[in-house]
Amino acid sequence: MSSTENTVASPAQQEINQIRQDFPILHQEVNGRPLVYLDNAATTQKPQSVIDALTHYYEQDNANIHRGIHTLAERATAAFEETRQAVHQFINSNEPEEIVFTKGTTDSINLVASTFGRMNVQKDDEIIISAMEHHSNIVPWQMLCEEKGAHLKIIPVNDRGELLMNEYKTLLSAKTKLVSVVYVSNTLGTINPVEEIIDLAHEQGASVLLDGAQSTAYLDIDVQALNCDFYAFSGHKMFGPTGVGVLYGKRRHLEKMPPYQGGGEMIRNVSFEKTTYNDIPYKFEAGTPNIAGVVALRSAIEYINQIGKATMRVHEEELLNYAQERLSAIPGLRIIGTAAKKMNVVSFVFDDVFHFDIGQMLDARGIAVRTGHHCTEPLMNRFGLEGTVRASFAIYNTPQEIDQLTEGLTRIVSMIRK
Amino acid sequence: MSRSIQEIQDEIIEEFALLDGDPEMTNFYIMELGQKLPPLDEKYQTEENTVKGCQSKVWLVPSMEESQMHFEADSNSAITKGLVSLLVRIFNDQTPDNIVDTDLYFIDKIGMNRFIGTQRSNGFAAMIKQMKLFALVSKERQAMAKSDQK
Repeated sequence: MSSTENTVASPAQQEINQIRQDFPILHQEVNGRPLVYLDNAATTQKPQSVIDALTHYYEQDNANIHRGIHTLAERATAAFEETRQAVHQFINSNEPEEIVFTKGTTDSINLVASTFGRMNVQKDDEIIISAMEHHSNIVPWQMLCEEKGAHLKIIPVNDRGELLMNEYKTLLSAKTKLVSVVYVSNTLGTINPVEEIIDLAHEQGASVLLDGAQSTAYLDIDVQALNCDFYAFSGHKMFGPTGVGVLYGKRRHLEKMPPYQGGGEMIRNVSFEKTTYNDIPYKFEAGTPNIAGVVALRSAIEYINQIGKATMRVHEEELLNYAQERLSAIPGLRIIGTAAKKMNVVSFVFDDVFHFDIGQMLDARGIAVRTGHHCTEPLMNRFGLEGTVRASFAIYNTPQEIDQLTEGLTRIVSMIRK
Repeated sequence: MSRSIQEIQDEIIEEFALLDGDPEMTNFYIMELGQKLPPLDEKYQTEENTVKGCQSKVWLVPSMEESQMHFEADSNSAITKGLVSLLVRIFNDQTPDNIVDTDLYFIDKIGMNRFIGTQRSNGFAAMIKQMKLFALVSKERQAMAKSDQK
């Protein structure tokens, strides 16, 4: 974050080294060199406590949840529901019943599109998203608009990668049924002014979904203070397991929404004549969920709380500033995304070197970055690019790793241009 | 008389052996090979000449002279250009028959999949398929021309 957090000191190198010890995967060589993992916006690595929680669940507690009467089923159910409680506190929902477990952010957004969307969006209504959305926050709305004859409106971005709020205001109208925007851009790192976006939407009677995939591990999330109607995020981008995510929804929305999928768990009574549905959140959790993943998600939340989000932000702001300073000095390197408020991500291009080549050659030096369009093709088109190279940071990254990235890039471009 | 496809493959295997499996040096070497490939005139860098199935843009233009095939190629990626240059080197001045029947054993021998990864390997396979397809078409044309003469 670019606002200075003067109350929290940045963690010392020694503390970061200690934190690195919590992540077994970091201590390996790739192509004969120590791994430098800078692809945290794609997925973060997992601390030992999360890995242990997964193992412990399968070694000690595995049973299907909610219906069994035996001891293991009790333990599994308790652990599963403890995570719901932990998530409820983590994002400060009004009550734990507003927390629905999903497969991830994409699944959460699709859930809202298929239920809330189908119920509330009709012909000639409008849905507003932004030009910097991930495909997972574009395609579900396109599908809904196609089905309903509704229209998708796009908030444009300026050259720095910031939303044009005046344009947003002109897009909003009584026709707007939903605004769905990303809190922090996975491609540019831009932190969007979501409070203002939400308030303006509500003035028009529209609901708001926030894509919290990149923001939840680092920003203090208070869904009640934000007053968003829905908040979607994934476990795997916040040190938790893959295949588990969360949808927060206000109770009044969740209660009115029809079920997402039919099956076990989501019902109250089933007969061939008439099936009645379970209460929220179970109404949206058909079938056996990713129990182990949900259980281990609690360990990820505990891990974040133990280090403290403020500490993480301070560290990552230092890494981001240092990376931008060092990378800017490389001849021909152009940073894409220079928003005044940004975090965690530095995207860049060389006009004369294909991004994929950079990624492959950094990998040859043991450095993991992401290359391509980052599932934001419309945003790439906005900047006239096919893709970028993206380095993204987490609490376990070090300035030395940014030095290695800089050295790698310098060597690569000098070899290519010779 | 041009050298055989086997001779050229063996030569490539020897060259790559000198790199000792170092991924960085291998990538640089592949790019150097690409730099030696003459650039393709921009008027040929068209959608029609693009190889489908590659992340980067690859253009392949075949031609035929005295029963031998000739390829020109280019890419917007330095590494991809190096990769396609290997294929141009192997297939240039060969008959369509030889190209269609070729087993490209050098790919496994130099351990290419290990240092270019799955996505690029798929793209590389697409280039080979395209070149063999061009050869197959030329072979059919030759056969048709012969039967017309009879």
